[in-house]
Amino acid sequence: MRVLAAMSGGVDSAVAAARAADAGHDVTGIHLALSRNPKSYRTGARGCCTIEDSNDARRAADVIGIPFYVWDMSDRFHEDVVEDFMTEYAEGRTPNPCLRCNEKIKVAAVLERAVALGFDAVATGHYARLAPGPDGLVEMHRAADMGKDQSYVLGVLTQDQLRHSLFPLGDSRKAQVRAEAEERGLSVAKKPDSHDICFISDGDTGGWLQEKLGERVAATAGEIRDHATGEVLGTHEGTYRYTIGQRKGLRIGRPAPDGRPRYVLDIEPVSGTLTVGPREELTVDHVTAFRPRWCGTVPAEPLEGTVQLRAHGEEHRATVHVVRGAGEAGDEVVIELHEAARGIAPGQAAVVYDGTRVVGSATITKAARRQRQGA
Amino acid sequence: MTHPTMSSGPSGSVYLDHAASTPMYPEAVAAMAEQLTRPGNPSSLHASGRAARRVVEESRETIADAINARPGEVVFTSGGTESDNLAVKGIYWARRSEDPRRTRILSTAVEHHAVLDSLHWLEERGAEVELLPVNRCGRLETGALREAIERDPGSVALVTAMWANNEVGTVQPIAQVVAIAHEHGIPVHTDAVQAVGQVEVDFARTGVDALTLTAHKIGGPVGVGALVVRRELDVTPLLHGGGQERDIRSGTIDAPAIRGFATAVELSVKRRPENAARLAALRDDLLRRVSQVVPDAVLNGDKNCSLDNRLPGNAHIQFPGCEGDSLLMLLDARGIECSTGSACSAGVPQPSHVLLAMGADEVAARSALRFSLGHTTTQADVDALVEAIGPVVERARAAGVASGFGVGSTSTAKVG
Repeated sequence: MRVLAAMSGGVDSAVAAARAADAGHDVTGIHLALSRNPKSYRTGARGCCTIEDSNDARRAADVIGIPFYVWDMSDRFHEDVVEDFMTEYAEGRTPNPCLRCNEKIKVAAVLERAVALGFDAVATGHYARLAPGPDGLVEMHRAADMGKDQSYVLGVLTQDQLRHSLFPLGDSRKAQVRAEAEERGLSVAKKPDSHDICFISDGDTGGWLQEKLGERVAATAGEIRDHATGEVLGTHEGTYRYTIGQRKGLRIGRPAPDGRPRYVLDIEPVSGTLTVGPREELTVDHVTAFRPRWCGTVPAEPLEGTVQLRAHGEEHRATVHVVRGAGEAGDEVVIELHEAARGIAPGQAAVVYDGTRVVGSATITKAARRQRQGA
Repeated sequence: MTHPTMSSGPSGSVYLDHAASTPMYPEAVAAMAEQLTRPGNPSSLHASGRAARRVVEESRETIADAINARPGEVVFTSGGTESDNLAVKGIYWARRSEDPRRTRILSTAVEHHAVLDSLHWLEERGAEVELLPVNRCGRLETGALREAIERDPGSVALVTAMWANNEVGTVQPIAQVVAIAHEHGIPVHTDAVQAVGQVEVDFARTGVDALTLTAHKIGGPVGVGALVVRRELDVTPLLHGGGQERDIRSGTIDAPAIRGFATAVELSVKRRPENAARLAALRDDLLRRVSQVVPDAVLNGDKNCSLDNRLPGNAHIQFPGCEGDSLLMLLDARGIECSTGSACSAGVPQPSHVLLAMGADEVAARSALRFSLGHTTTQADVDALVEAIGPVVERARAAGVASGFGVGSTSTAKVG
């Protein structure tokens, strides 16, 4: 096969590219330039978008012995990831830009262009496994290394995208991948993993949003109210600084009557109201999500499976219903958790699993307790 | 797929990127290699030093002779970027210290980054930089230069304008630029990196005050060049140290590289008339046949391809609906090497400032390829390109459609 290897400059994508080449594929490496002004992104080992990372990717391609190019995806990245990140925050949700980047850039944009240019597949360094399923479908499963599993952020991939994807690291553990990089003479072997949001250079998301959104976020300033009494407990400078389940940074002068800490329970971006209350009020067992993307067929019957509700979050056993054509944007997904969970933020993805198999992904719109809904 | 039997490039490829770097003349390799085996610092006083010095001074004479300058006017540097930096900053500093009112620098919007970035650097430190517009061919409008000077001649420290553009090959009216600037006693620097060996470059006759040269664009080694600068013109140095080159430039003199450089200048200037005619014929053949295969391809730059107007080795072509990156990659996979514009250190493609200055929109600017022919280019190279370009453009266009390239932009802003 002709394979395009997306190389971030990190150890994982370098080893993935090397393995694809070893498997006998005709591999070409590319690095995505996501910023027109790469210096403004995280420097050094922490991000995936700097000139240093581009050079690391180029060196890895040299060592593997494959051609290497830089593809400019900066416009699409800005439109589809950065703008979306800002809008979601301004509207009181907590987006996951890495997931969005996988959906829109790393897979969709790269794959479309790759296929058009005559490539058969795109290989990445994501930790997830692909396996043949029934009816000729390709199934995606959690990685062998659960500590590194990235199936959550890949849950947005459709069957057609999965057919053109290769995840050569799915069966490996991170330690093995590092050791292999060392053996292969890849200088990125010891490079630390990337974590934070690549386009926020100092890690201060609140400060970054304030600068970028300006008046748009100033308008989200408002009152902090008690969940039970509706009493105004204080004010805040903008809802974008808060996420559901957050405890720090509320700066309410008076302690709660019972002396227990207060948490953000709800964010109302239009009025700018934050609702706060005790920890137990954070527990939810009824989650609604929209814009589902299914990896294979749409589950027809209510599915008894598990859901993951945030990156690196735990699995929750759940019954999942698909309500066809219910939401404004099409199908809606209703998730009944068997045991209540805490701190579920609208904007995050709910990824549905059947065992280790990824069924699909949807964006959380609402999380509540059944008794509060009267259901 | 490569074409081993008819290749001209250094690695068995079809090498159509001479404007980026040109294969060395075998004579230059031999001259340089011979000098590499000899010891001696040209600044040392003993016999070895004197022998090395002699090689350097003979090289200086050879270069001066080839471009009609005096040997003492040739200041060796590490290449085009250093020469441009030295000229722009050094002349500006010297002229301004003579008269503090001289704060303006006039240039063009299509200069190489070595000039543009030096100008921006000076601008951040108080200089007033005016980038004069170019027409759709990429040529400086000398009326705009006259107007800019006459607005306040006493405030202009220098004028810098390239002899020929590295991307679209447009030859600038340097003699006119000099005539206008000299009416007011303003010195002129020109970056002639792309011009030497392709068009006639005569230092004394054009009257320019400083001229940038580099070896690796004309069949010499990389890492050596010169700033040819009139004796009377003060230039404040960038590099301080032993003062080896007229106290304008310090650093141990690189005798082997200079010898290779001089050999390349001598050969490229001596062979220029026949080489330019041969390259122009190959280039015209390339343009004619590419436009037969891809009828909507557009030639960027000056459509009058005479030697007075356009470098004979330059073909800069826009392929509507294609991303330059895609074209380059697809051609590379077939062993054909070219460029999307000027190579950029970060490897991040940016729309060319040259094409934008010529009135192209961003999409048009990103859909172009530069093919640059040089002394090793053969008819077989052109044939190989013509054979490959049809399917490559078709593929790249499909990829452009898939990734929404150019959606929402006008296609009316064709260049030239």
